[in-house]
Amino acid sequence: MSESYLSIRRLHQVFGDFVALRDISLDIREGEFVCFLGPSGCGKTTLLRAVAGLQLQTGGDIFQAGQRISWLPPEQRDFGIVFQSYALFPNLNVADNIAYGLRNRRTGRSEVRARVAELLELIGLPDAGKKYPSQLSGGQQQRVALARAIATRPGLLLLDEPLSALDARVRVHLRHEIKELQRRLGVTTIMVTHDQEEALAMADRIVVMNHGCIEQVGTPQQIYAEPASAFVASFVGTMNFLPAIRIGEGRVRIGERTLNCRTLSPHGNGEVRVAIRPEDVRTRYNGDASNLISARVRGLEFLGAFVRSELEIDGVDEPLVADFSANDVRDLGIEAGNVLNLDLPAQRLHLFEH
Amino acid sequence: MDTLLNPPGFLAKKRARLLGIDCSLPILCLLVAIAMLAIALVLPLYSLLSKSLEDRHGQFVGLANFRAYVADPSLMHSITNSLWVASLTTLIVVSLALMTAFALTRSRMPGRGLLKVLVMGPIFAPSLLPAISMVYLFGNQGVLKDLLMGHSIYGPIGIVVSMSFWCFPHAVMILCTALENSDARLYESARALRTSPLRAFMTVTLPSIKYGLISAAFVVFTLAITDFGAPKVIGGQYNVLATDIYKQVIGLQNFQMGSVVSVILLLPAVLAFAVDRWVQRRQVALLTARAEPLRVKPHRARDWSLLLLCTPVAVVILGVLGMAVYASLVTFWPYNLDLSFNNYRFDLMDGGGWGAYFNSLQMAGWTAVIGTLVIFANAYLVEKVPGLGPLRTLVHLMAMVPLAVPGMVLGLSYIFFFNEPGNPLNGIYGTLAILVLCTIAHYYTVCHLTLVTALKQIDGEFEAVSASLKVPFYVTCWRVTLPVCLPALLEVALYLFVNALNTVSAVVFLYSSQTALASVAVLNMDDAGDIAPAAAMGVVLMLTCIGVKGLHWGLSRLLLGRSQCWRQARA
Repeated sequence: MSESYLSIRRLHQVFGDFVALRDISLDIREGEFVCFLGPSGCGKTTLLRAVAGLQLQTGGDIFQAGQRISWLPPEQRDFGIVFQSYALFPNLNVADNIAYGLRNRRTGRSEVRARVAELLELIGLPDAGKKYPSQLSGGQQQRVALARAIATRPGLLLLDEPLSALDARVRVHLRHEIKELQRRLGVTTIMVTHDQEEALAMADRIVVMNHGCIEQVGTPQQIYAEPASAFVASFVGTMNFLPAIRIGEGRVRIGERTLNCRTLSPHGNGEVRVAIRPEDVRTRYNGDASNLISARVRGLEFLGAFVRSELEIDGVDEPLVADFSANDVRDLGIEAGNVLNLDLPAQRLHLFEH
Repeated sequence: MDTLLNPPGFLAKKRARLLGIDCSLPILCLLVAIAMLAIALVLPLYSLLSKSLEDRHGQFVGLANFRAYVADPSLMHSITNSLWVASLTTLIVVSLALMTAFALTRSRMPGRGLLKVLVMGPIFAPSLLPAISMVYLFGNQGVLKDLLMGHSIYGPIGIVVSMSFWCFPHAVMILCTALENSDARLYESARALRTSPLRAFMTVTLPSIKYGLISAAFVVFTLAITDFGAPKVIGGQYNVLATDIYKQVIGLQNFQMGSVVSVILLLPAVLAFAVDRWVQRRQVALLTARAEPLRVKPHRARDWSLLLLCTPVAVVILGVLGMAVYASLVTFWPYNLDLSFNNYRFDLMDGGGWGAYFNSLQMAGWTAVIGTLVIFANAYLVEKVPGLGPLRTLVHLMAMVPLAVPGMVLGLSYIFFFNEPGNPLNGIYGTLAILVLCTIAHYYTVCHLTLVTALKQIDGEFEAVSASLKVPFYVTCWRVTLPVCLPALLEVALYLFVNALNTVSAVVFLYSSQTALASVAVLNMDDAGDIAPAAAMGVVLMLTCIGVKGLHWGLSRLLLGRSQCWRQARA
């Protein structure tokens, strides 16, 4: 526990009959940016509110910087928080909003003013101090909320879906800025989001949650390339799931073809699901003919940078979705009705229980 | 050492609940709120109910009083009278109000602004004033007596007309709100599907205001069945429940029978209240957040025909109020029609004179100030304090009760509760304090709902943000919540002031010779045959309310201009 800044131990949360959190344990290192990712109702916000003390858990413990904070009211914990709704005080101007927590600490007037100016500079709105929240755009308001949250230099920054209320373009821009700011300040940060792209782009580590449980904890690369469960595989990125029969160590049968796969997957024989990402389906193979499969093109969907195709494998009902570059489509003459020889590389095949 | 700093879970939890200031302070506040509402409302009503089951000597007699009531045909007759008068009033008011509200919100009728102001007129006068005006218009020496073709205004006709006049603004306000909450997209869809205007009205407009209509009907029905002013002045020999209570208590000193009639009067009001609650709950899901506000375009035929229909409404309102003003200025009706201020020399009449007026001002002022603060504090506890669910629900439920309790009933129950020699609060009986307390309790619900609505519109995370910034909740309440709610607070203060000034029903049982009130003076002067001075006092009250409304308007503008500049600030 010595090197983890925040540690959650066997946290349990029950609302009536509904179990919101099931025995959650998690360690977060100092300075780390962690995302809680999952569909709505998975318990990610509940977990964040428990860390903040806004909703006391049914059982379990939370330690922050070595101190047990499990049952402390929010006032006695050390965190700053940003909400999806910004929650800026509408009757106070931007400077007063940012100074809201500073004024209470008997900080000198000039000191407060200097700190506010510094923060306004930091969020790139140096002249906005006298404006009211309603005069700012959504993205600007969220940056002010961020400045207010970090003004008192909390040890922990909590972000509750901070980007969800914003336009797509602003969202991409702001997620960059938040990440940059977090890196510069080195503040331990937890962000709740349901947007996998956001999580992949921002987090040092992602905690994927479902039905009140943690499905997987890992770096964005691990989560994407090595999903620990079918849920993670389908929730993060796009994934094909094909019904298959496992017929021995590292061998599966899909339709009429038998393919090689890795051996880390479930043991025993029987029905499994083979998963592969659309971009991992290859049209050119490098000599190894063992994982070739032929498929008929059902349809193509032009998506700008690439073309998404829907393919049909003999003896398999589920379609296989594969992404090809525009060059591939042109060079290989891929069009609806053609039959292609595809390589499904063994290293890219994931096996999940049926 | 380690166990001291990190005690086992259940101990720490207990400590957090017991010592955490932000946990025990709200509990204390909620308990205080519950105690206040119990004293001002629940306990008096309980003593009223128990009184109805006792004889003159305080012996429990079960339902004997009720049996005596049923055996008296003249008393029983009041029930049908009350129901008939209230139903007729409801029918008239709701249909006229629907037309007026439609003209105000869904047309570009010329003179809408003026009509909007006029429609609110009756709210600023006690319900006695239109009745007095009726006496001058249609009474034995009335100017328009012939219009009645031999019928007498003293009786159901007078009651229904005066009551309709007085209830009208309430219905218009409810229906305007219902009509304003409309989704323009629905009408655009209807037009795109080539729906005729009539069919659009039947299939889009009516369903969307259905609950508003039901709500308006029940509000008017409750007001009409519980009002005491109009039947008292113009009812003649036509008895209704509200006047029966007055007669039993003030005339016959029969408190037991008074409480029996009160219990009976409670029934329709409780029923109306229950239906209204049910309707309110239904209403919520009707409008989505994505609704597009409707922008009404001019339409010649519609706008001018509505003007034709609404002009009589405006004329009647102006006529009735104007007649009261005129009558108060006429020296001696109908023999000396010279205008003078003779009738305004209240010190020459019974009823308390100008002193009563200043008592009323004082009472209304205290009611507005104390009432607004207390009701806001309680609404804040109900809406913004985390946890403590059952206690908050209890406060909220208690806050709903006054809507179902007619003023006469509340006033009578105050006599029973506070006049009890054993009651430690017995001292406030006969003082201004009991009048203020009773009036706040009487008008509590609407204020509570207004403030809860205002608080609901404030971001629910403010308290969480403050906690994370280590700012106590009361600082945020003072710096943010209170300023944001300021318009609603002013609205509530105005509502309390106007009602406190005009109310008769509850306070008629509670005033003493030192605390005579102007509204009661109107009643007493009318009773004594001094109708013109009664009209004059009514006019003074009306003008005061209009003045205060003007003040409120100016103050709101000033505040909106200064401390509320963030509201208009839109980039």
